[in-house]
Formats: sequence, C-alpha cells, structure tokens
Amino acid sequence: MKSITLLCVNYTLHYIKRYLQMKKQNWNTQLRHNTRQLAYWTLAWVASMALASFGPKFIWQENLPFTILAIVLNAAFGVGMILAYIRHTKSMDEMQRKIQLEAMGIALGVGLVGGLSYALLDTTNVISGNADISVLVVLMTITYLIGIFIGQMRYR
Amino acid sequence: MKNRLKVLRAERDLTQADLADALAVSRQTVNAIEKGKFDPSLPLAFKISRLFNLPIEAIFQDDEEA
Repeated sequence: MKSITLLCVNYTLHYIKRYLQMKKQNWNTQLRHNTRQLAYWTLAWVASMALASFGPKFIWQENLPFTILAIVLNAAFGVGMILAYIRHTKSMDEMQRKIQLEAMGIALGVGLVGGLSYALLDTTNVISGNADISVLVVLMTITYLIGIFIGQMRYR
Repeated sequence: MKNRLKVLRAERDLTQADLADALAVSRQTVNAIEKGKFDPSLPLAFKISRLFNLPIEAIFQDDEEA
C-alpha cells in the first residue's frame, strides 16, 4: 500500500514538473519572440529614419516623391514599432509592467519639463542657435533607461 | 504585506524558477514577492492560492494584522 502511494506521489510530481516545463517554454518563448519582434521593428524604424534624413541629399538628390515615400515608410515602421512595443509589454508579467510604467512615467515627466525648459532657453535667446528635437529624444531615452535600471535594482 | 511563499515553496521542494514557471511570471518577480518588495495583484494571489491549495489569508498577511 505504502509503495503504491509513493508511486502515485512520484507520478504526480513527474507530471507537475513536465507541466511546469511546458508552461515555462510557452511563457518564455512568447516573451522572447515579442522582444525579438520589437528589436526588428526598432531597427527598421532607425534605418528608415537614417534613410529619410540622409537619402534626399546623398542618394536621390532632393527628388520630392522619393523623400515623401521615405518619410511615409519611416512613419509606417514607427507605427509597427509602437504595436510591437504594446505586444511586448503585454507579454510581460505584472512586476515587469510596473517597472516599465514607472520608467515611462519618469521619462515623460523629464521630457515634458526638460523639453519646455529647453524651448524657453531657445525662445528667450539664452542659448545660441535653435533648439533641436534630438536633444529631447536623447534626454527621454537616457531617463527611461535609468528608470528601468532603478526599477530592476529596487525589486531585486 | 508579509507572506509565507518562501516557506510553502521550500516545503514542496520547488525552486523559485519552478514557481515562476507555474505562475507564468519571471523568477525576479517571485523573488520580489517572497522578500515583500512587491505585492502581487489579486488574480496572481488567487493563482498562488490555487497552486498551494490554501486560502489567500493563509499565504498573505496584512502588515497591520501581523
């Protein structure tokens, strides 16, 4: 009787471990797939941005239809990247989503306040030259990455 | 919020990774819950409760009650 019970327990444990392995593959596989998709879309968006920026001068010599096409392509890749990011976020667990949300909140706040201050510096002629949008993008990206790092450390 | 997750996991001889897989969360999340750094949502708490076959209040205790 005792050995039968032991056999049943062993069988159940074996079944649970196999079930866990299957679930692990499903969840991790999905997250890895969505992360890879996001990387591809981001790469495509950055490449199309470079094409739309430098193409008119160095490739198609200011040909307007080509320039418009490159900008539309860049915007389309941008939409794809946003959708990939939404899918990526949805495949995260609740704590990872919380870390993302906090980092994005900080990046948005710093971007808004820093961006407006930077614009004020420009309009009041405190800085020489025009305010460049790329400065804001870099500021928000760095703040977002710092936010992610702090979040990861906090819940470690 | 305090919890007995670490004890319950150890009693069942499960690693953090095993528990994370069963709950479809990352190992980091299980670790944060065990250390009391992150409070799980109600659906995740119910999932944990079902997995250990225990009522939620037997796993999680409010800080003010404890």
